[in-house]
Amino acid sequence: MLKTVPGKTDTQSVSKQVQARQKWMTAGLMVLPFLVIYLLFLIYPTLRVIQLSFTNADLNGSGHFTGLTNYIKLLHEPTFWNALLNTLYFILLTVIPNTLVGLGLALLILRLRRLKNFVLAAFFLPYVLPVSVVTSVWNWVLDSNFGLFNFLTGSTVTWFQDPVWAMPAVAFVTIWWTVGFNILLFIAGLQSISPDIYEAAALDGASGARLFWSITWPNLWPVTSLILLLQLIAQFKIFDQIYLLTTGGPFDKTLVLLLYSYREGFQQQHGGYASTIGVVLMLIILVVSAIQSRLLNRGNAA
Amino acid sequence: MTTVSPTSTVTARPPLPLGVRIARLWGGVLTALTVLLALAWVFPMYWAVVTSVKPENDTVAMPPTIWPQTFDFSSYTYIFQNSPLVRWYLNSVLTSVAITVLVLLLSMLCAYALSQIDFRGRTWLFWLILIGFMIPFQASLIPLFIFINQLGLVNNYLGLILPQLAAPIAVVIYKQFFDQIPTELGDAARMDGASEARVLFSIFLPLNWSITVSLAIVTFIAAWNNFLWPFIVMNDTAKLTIPVGITQVQSAYGVAYAKTMATAVSAAFPTVIAYLIFQRRVTEGVMAAAGLK
Repeated sequence: MLKTVPGKTDTQSVSKQVQARQKWMTAGLMVLPFLVIYLLFLIYPTLRVIQLSFTNADLNGSGHFTGLTNYIKLLHEPTFWNALLNTLYFILLTVIPNTLVGLGLALLILRLRRLKNFVLAAFFLPYVLPVSVVTSVWNWVLDSNFGLFNFLTGSTVTWFQDPVWAMPAVAFVTIWWTVGFNILLFIAGLQSISPDIYEAAALDGASGARLFWSITWPNLWPVTSLILLLQLIAQFKIFDQIYLLTTGGPFDKTLVLLLYSYREGFQQQHGGYASTIGVVLMLIILVVSAIQSRLLNRGNAA
Repeated sequence: MTTVSPTSTVTARPPLPLGVRIARLWGGVLTALTVLLALAWVFPMYWAVVTSVKPENDTVAMPPTIWPQTFDFSSYTYIFQNSPLVRWYLNSVLTSVAITVLVLLLSMLCAYALSQIDFRGRTWLFWLILIGFMIPFQASLIPLFIFINQLGLVNNYLGLILPQLAAPIAVVIYKQFFDQIPTELGDAARMDGASEARVLFSIFLPLNWSITVSLAIVTFIAAWNNFLWPFIVMNDTAKLTIPVGITQVQSAYGVAYAKTMATAVSAAFPTVIAYLIFQRRVTEGVMAAAGLK
């Protein structure tokens, strides 16, 4: 069945045709299992979310076409704007700080010799923890009554229940959890810069900050923009930590887009309206990726 | 701190004793600082482990004790006896292993055909798969749930596994690796009458063994840690995976921190051990997944 050995036929064109068909069959059999699952469980739901967003469907998918009703309602819904702003605020608190912390730590780690692997492992280890483990550990450390952090600092803030501090606290936990990934990519990026450039610059008398700004930073830009893009996309889809640490509270201060969609869909049974939020989220992510890849390409050319 | 270039310590300096001494001192300070930061970074994990082996009363003692005064493992026996933790472990192990094996197998087959077999429509097909990169599955959570529900797969392990197999990333990584292998290698075997499946498994797979192992570990960790989809598709307490399950019992414990930390430590154990053993593989897999290798 899977053989593509050319069969002996009279004319070459027929033989070629048979060969092409055999190749096609073989390739089809190899591609099919993945393709079917990919189309059914990724592409189909993506098309269906667009269709559902124009209906008043419930959680079983039954509903009527309602045109732009959901979209109009969304634009007039303060909760939606709140969720959008909260998502952007979370992005502001995580993406750039996480990138800078990652770069700083990567630079610190790279100059180590014997301790290098140990230190890198220490920063990367949180990244392999399940999110619910991360949140329960930090719920304990930042507990307002018995938590170690408040004991050491004398603070009395109830971190995840405080309207002002809840979002920064979740952002901090997120950075602690994920910075190892950025460190890893930055180290790879830093190591790929040829030492010759540094030597040449050092011969010209450049050192310290000068070396960093004229060699390290520009050469590292492709990796930096990759890291920014990956984080930006990931943080637009923020759900797990928020759900587990604050469930969107206090007073919806940490309600983000995906959590809003989850509430509408799974708790209120508003499948259509939740799909509308999903479509908006998807559009934002597509636009962000497009813009960012433009910037990334320009960074490469420079 | 970020102004130190990675090679600044290597740079040779003329023998200026004071300068050298200052540079060394500065280097020592930076190293000490880095190590301190690393220790601070792992401290919350240490704190979770230490809390889990304290008697429940000691966890709220003021001032907190950095080292347990008495070791008490009763939290572990308690949580294993009073919650379906073992069952959740089994669920997580079985589904994560199934996902890992299937993701690798399906994407390897698909990527091999895309890379090594010249068939009509393959460029088109590759673009279709690349589109998947841009699509956030979270945005279409509702229709995915509706669909799984219609198939009768809510609370079913198949419903948990199938959507997690639709990840195009492994296909793209495999294709990149297969593209680097000269086609002559496969052609030689085909001349000898080997089938495509044979060419894939006995020639291409051994050549890609190291990336396969890295991908397997990274896929396993990701499947084990996945929260959102298992949380949505599994409602039956006995069928939960461990990261979702522990959140259910923890809220039931209230302020029992030793027990809460014991569940956290138990849930984290497999991935932490996998990471510590396969550190290099994990980093390789992460880099490949990020498109850096």
